[in-house]
Amino acid sequence: MIRPLIALLVALCLAAPVAANPALEAVIADNLEGIEKPSRRTVEPLVSRIAATGPEGLELLSAWANRALGVTEDGRLLIVEGGTATDAVTGQPVPGADPKMLRPNSGVRGVIESALVAGEIASPDPARRAAALASIARDGTAEHLEALRTAAPEQEPALAAQRMRVTNLLAIRFDPDPAARVAAIEGMAGDVGLDFRAALNPLLATTRIAAPAEPQANIARELTVGDDDFPREAAIALLTTQGTLQPRLTPADQRNALAANIVDGAVGGIPVADLSDQAARDRAYEALEAAGTVSPAATEAEADAAIKAHRFFETYAEPNSDVTDAARAAQTRAQVRLAAMTGIDLGLDALSLASIYFLAAIGLAITFGVMRVINMAHGEFIMMGAYTGYAVQTMIANRTLSLAVALPLAFAVTFGAGVLLYRLVIRHLANRPLETLLATFGVSIALQQLAKNIFGTQARPLTAPAWLEGAITVNDVISISSIRVAIFVLALLFLGLFLFIMKRTRLGLEVRAVTQNPGMAASMGINPDRIAMMTFGLGSGIAGIAGVAIGLFAQVTSELGQQYIVQSFMTVVVGGVGTIWGTLAGAGLIGGLSKVIEFMNPANTLAAQTFMILFIIIFIQFRPRGIIPQRGRAAEA
Amino acid sequence: MMTKLSAMLALTTAMALATGAMAQEGEPIKIGVLHSLSGTMAISETTLKDTVLMMVEQQNAKGGLLGRPLEAVVVDPASDWPLFAEKARELLTVSEVDAIFGCWTSVSRKSVLPVIEELNGLLFYPVQYEGEESSKNVIYTGAAPNQQAIPAVDYMAEELGVEKWALLGTDYVYPRTTNNILDAYLKGKGVAEGDIFVNYTPFGHSDWSKIVADVVALGADGKKVGVVSTINGDANVGFYKELAAAGVSADDIPVMAFSVGEEELAGLDTANLVGHLAAWNYFQTAESDANTAFIEEWKKFIGDEDRVTNDPMEATVIGFNAWVAAVEKAGTTDVDPVLDAIVGVEVPNLTGGTATVLPNHHLTKPVLIGEIREDGQFDIVSQTEPVPGDAWTDFLPESAKLDADWPGKDCGMFNTETNSCVQVQSNY
Amino acid sequence: MTRQPFILRNPSILVVLALLAVFTVTVTALSQAYGSGTVPTSTVKVLGKTLCLALAAVAMDLVWGYLGILSLGQMAFFALGGYLIGQWLMYARTEGIVAASLAQNPIPPTPAELQEGVANQIFGVVGSSDLPLAWSFAHSLPLQLLLVLAVPGLLALAFGWLAFRSRVNGVYLSILTQAMTLALALWLFQNDSGFRGNNGLSGLQNIPGLEAVDQATLSVWFFWASALALALAYVLAAWVVSGKFGSVVRAIRDDETRVRFLGYPVEGFKLVVFTLAAMITAIAGALYYPQAGIINPAELMPIASIYLAVWVAIGGRGRLYGAIIGAVVVSLLSSWFTGGRAPSIHLPGYTVNWVDWWQVALGISFVLVTLFAPKGIAGIFDRLSGILPPQRHGRDLGPDQGALQEQEAKA
Repeated sequence: MIRPLIALLVALCLAAPVAANPALEAVIADNLEGIEKPSRRTVEPLVSRIAATGPEGLELLSAWANRALGVTEDGRLLIVEGGTATDAVTGQPVPGADPKMLRPNSGVRGVIESALVAGEIASPDPARRAAALASIARDGTAEHLEALRTAAPEQEPALAAQRMRVTNLLAIRFDPDPAARVAAIEGMAGDVGLDFRAALNPLLATTRIAAPAEPQANIARELTVGDDDFPREAAIALLTTQGTLQPRLTPADQRNALAANIVDGAVGGIPVADLSDQAARDRAYEALEAAGTVSPAATEAEADAAIKAHRFFETYAEPNSDVTDAARAAQTRAQVRLAAMTGIDLGLDALSLASIYFLAAIGLAITFGVMRVINMAHGEFIMMGAYTGYAVQTMIANRTLSLAVALPLAFAVTFGAGVLLYRLVIRHLANRPLETLLATFGVSIALQQLAKNIFGTQARPLTAPAWLEGAITVNDVISISSIRVAIFVLALLFLGLFLFIMKRTRLGLEVRAVTQNPGMAASMGINPDRIAMMTFGLGSGIAGIAGVAIGLFAQVTSELGQQYIVQSFMTVVVGGVGTIWGTLAGAGLIGGLSKVIEFMNPANTLAAQTFMILFIIIFIQFRPRGIIPQRGRAAEA
Repeated sequence: MMTKLSAMLALTTAMALATGAMAQEGEPIKIGVLHSLSGTMAISETTLKDTVLMMVEQQNAKGGLLGRPLEAVVVDPASDWPLFAEKARELLTVSEVDAIFGCWTSVSRKSVLPVIEELNGLLFYPVQYEGEESSKNVIYTGAAPNQQAIPAVDYMAEELGVEKWALLGTDYVYPRTTNNILDAYLKGKGVAEGDIFVNYTPFGHSDWSKIVADVVALGADGKKVGVVSTINGDANVGFYKELAAAGVSADDIPVMAFSVGEEELAGLDTANLVGHLAAWNYFQTAESDANTAFIEEWKKFIGDEDRVTNDPMEATVIGFNAWVAAVEKAGTTDVDPVLDAIVGVEVPNLTGGTATVLPNHHLTKPVLIGEIREDGQFDIVSQTEPVPGDAWTDFLPESAKLDADWPGKDCGMFNTETNSCVQVQSNY
Repeated sequence: MTRQPFILRNPSILVVLALLAVFTVTVTALSQAYGSGTVPTSTVKVLGKTLCLALAAVAMDLVWGYLGILSLGQMAFFALGGYLIGQWLMYARTEGIVAASLAQNPIPPTPAELQEGVANQIFGVVGSSDLPLAWSFAHSLPLQLLLVLAVPGLLALAFGWLAFRSRVNGVYLSILTQAMTLALALWLFQNDSGFRGNNGLSGLQNIPGLEAVDQATLSVWFFWASALALALAYVLAAWVVSGKFGSVVRAIRDDETRVRFLGYPVEGFKLVVFTLAAMITAIAGALYYPQAGIINPAELMPIASIYLAVWVAIGGRGRLYGAIIGAVVVSLLSSWFTGGRAPSIHLPGYTVNWVDWWQVALGISFVLVTLFAPKGIAGIFDRLSGILPPQRHGRDLGPDQGALQEQEAKA
């Protein structure tokens, strides 16, 4: 009671022409605690009361929702914008104020926004109208339906369509007239939008009941006991939860009942020491039942009788059968399309994963194809590329520019590293593939630890430019993030580049020659050593580019390479060495299969990976040289 | 409460004054620091090692403990779980430390438990964990599920109106057990089986497109979807990136994370994460004098103005202070008297309240919910009164009947139905 | 011609056995349980575990150094051995606890209740309460010991049969073995597979039935057992690689096709050695993990097997004692350097902290060994006993692989 007085005094002290809002002031004074510590569940009446006080109230609400509202020691609310505070009630600036800022949670903010929305629909600013529509679409009410219907016609075509859709969706949920709801449903039938399905599915939600006769309700269907989706146990469970049937005896209950009836070291005439056997326990319990000490549990016969005496129904929560019929029809129409689209989306995911594996493996395939050595440090070259991208981004703020610098730089860095590795190590281990494998493993652990020492063990950010953020969305089901599309394009680009180098350039010719027969190539004046070095550099360089790409959609850590190296090996081995098409096929197979297994077992991604590897092990048994085996003399080497 | 505290403070000061001169003379009291300084867990655990070292330095500046200086023995178990047991044995038998501060992952704790119990050591474990354990020789200063997971889910249901749940986690014991508890808890609140989606991914998972699509598709039946994330470490980066790319904002599908704190957010691009939530018992943005002082000392000690503080650090600080108080109360560093003394000890926490050591060797902790800000810090949107930690959750039938009470029943796994101690040693 | 006794043809066996015996007696005399107590129990455990690793390295050397298969999945068998013995250790320990607890009930428990209680104790922590099928024999020590040999053996047999039959070899085979251990690790990581997921099996150092024996004594017993196993396996391995069988095995390593054309069943030889090595490795694992106390799937990630190969390579492949030297030296050095007790090197402007730099040093030294000392440390012994490799330096004289090189031609 003191606070309004103080507020009044303060207002008087300011002694300016005050455009005070006494109604708002009263609401604030009464509900200060509610404003300081709001809860989504209880805040709604308060918000409507504030909104009803006029423009100052709306101003206050919008500041509150934007976390620009503070409360002073003496209980005044201040709107703080850009460092200046104004009194929410009077609109007067309050210099030097240090209010405690209010931090309503997002649930409360949603309530406030939804209260403000009715006014926003008619806002002259299209952006605010769009935001209002989005807010209604997220959390609409019956009042919003009214507001949408009575609002002035929308001029912007896109917004008009969106408003139409939102209105229809709200009509399905809230319109009091069933005919209007049916019309709205039929108008949108076949749509696979998530919001439409979200409006339909609650209408079609059912509950199961058991009743002696057909109940007065909107019945979806009658269930037959013994069907696949309604076994006898389910019927018994339903009857038990309804209280029609006594629950059956659980072993724990039985044990407790027996324990409670021990008389002279025996239960029902059976010594306690013998009760470590289920049959003996049953006999003891029957004896107790016969003696009337315990109440008899439900028997099979009772269960059968109860099932016979009842019919089982699935009923809609929605009472109007016209609405549910229309909804069901609309849902059925959507289902086939939905399945097809889920398939397409899965295909896109698989394609994206395949292109990532392809990018990661292509460098490995080149070196393996030409030199028959596995470079265990290949994963670390991927990591090196990703860290190059990160380092460039810390120096160049413009993300598009930094990406444009990072891609060639990553190629250059890893090309250099690859050439160095070749000159220093691999060249000296020619024709000893297993030792090369181990030596490059040594390089791999050294590089990994080096990265940890330089960049730390924590994940580093590598952020895509704004034009690569977001997703390409066909509809609510089919959507793929832009960055994945970019990686796909990058993979295609490298496929083309690789084919061009191999088929159209002198280097490619020489590489093919060395691959097929190094001895003969050497006799023809090709320096196999130089060619091997170049291909090794090229393969490593592509790994660096793959690193930048992977870093853009995942995390840059020193273990980044480790995660992809095994998959890359698999890709190369499954696809078959020596041809780029083999790598492509391997990546496609592994990417596709991963996604299919993941689809079949969505709860456990780890299981998908396990089965994937098992499949590869078995696959190799039948096609030891991969999907596209190398033919001719080179294959014998 | 206040009088007890101030009395204790006065006592401490008096002792410090009286013994200050001879503080550095006595035989040093050794404490072990068992945190990984290399390997995958190093990034998280090194911070806790530094925290303990800072506390030791401060304690020595105050004149040590019982008139003797403190000495920290630091070992590196290198994120290798069997090595934790080996190093713990070494600390207890070779270095002969009086208390150990250490471990992060559950599996590392399970690894040292048998050793600590065999040799009657004392471990302070500072990380939120899955519960279902209470050892005579461990003080759990992090959150039990009822101090983090359950209140967080309540918040989502009540404040955000979430009706459909996606429980996403990395495939290891903490997410598994937490999700089991949440599953039982949500079903107990009337959430249908079909409204709970569970998924487990490997450590460091990066291909999130399918999972995010699954989560978005959950919205198809018109219920508000919320994600409870026990996704660990780096995998979060890819997850949040994919979520943002799919156009999912915190308003559409809020994500409540139990393993994402200031340390994880530091150095990340947080633009994609703004508005998502985390539940802890401490945030750096908590407004209290103790916290302000602690942050200042921490930055000074570590010599880096940008270093952040986080929940496990607060738990370490509380654990250290509780141990110091118990040693002073007991007048010795021997494990058994200290364990007797430590139950009931009250020490101030950094969020403006006090933490009490409970008979089940857990603490009372307030639960804080924070929304992620642009700068990688959290806006605290909810704070509860201190909640007593529950070693055995009430929401799983098998553990609901269990209780832990060391001073009263001398048992960490007490079956209240049969009134008997299931086992004195821990379940490892 | 009379054949010399097997031992006399391999004097190195006696040297190794004598050294092992001296080592065992010394450690026992210095242990806390049976001697002066100079060597603490934790060190006894470390040494015992190192002997187990040496045992695994001997098996690895059989497969790689003698048979020429670079198996990058050898630790899968090691960990399997650990898991299988761990099952019994956990089950039996828990059974004791549960039985004692249930005995306090007024009604004695049924076997089903007992088993349910055990399952609840073991799997409660990962949120399950049924005993998985894989634990069907966990109640019986003899059966589980049999499985320690049988499961890895059968796995190696099946895997080897499939792979060798399809003529998968060289780098392909290495990658395939790596895939095998990765698949197994990922499978064990899953909670649903019934091995407690990431938590693995823990508390293995407490041996059921031996609760009264303290860890100081137990650690020495396990040390003896490890030393004995190493000695026996060393003799067995040495016997296998000597004689005609060994000659064929080495011939397969050097040129598989030629041996096949000579009419030997190459696949059979490979299978026998591969399976035998898997079983030896499993025994090593079954002895290792009760000393380590905990096993979890991280133990069989591919990196562990690669380290095993690294030890053998540094020690010297194709020499059984080389494998032992490599495993002992590198693993002890590793734990010393990463233990944080190695003194840091203070350079002007930078301090080399071994915790951070040991991996780098190990990686580089490994490259150097591969490049400059392909025979590893055992190469020193070769040189001492006058076995010198041909000088393969200079340019190839012909275009094909394996052609003579300039300096060989001169010699």
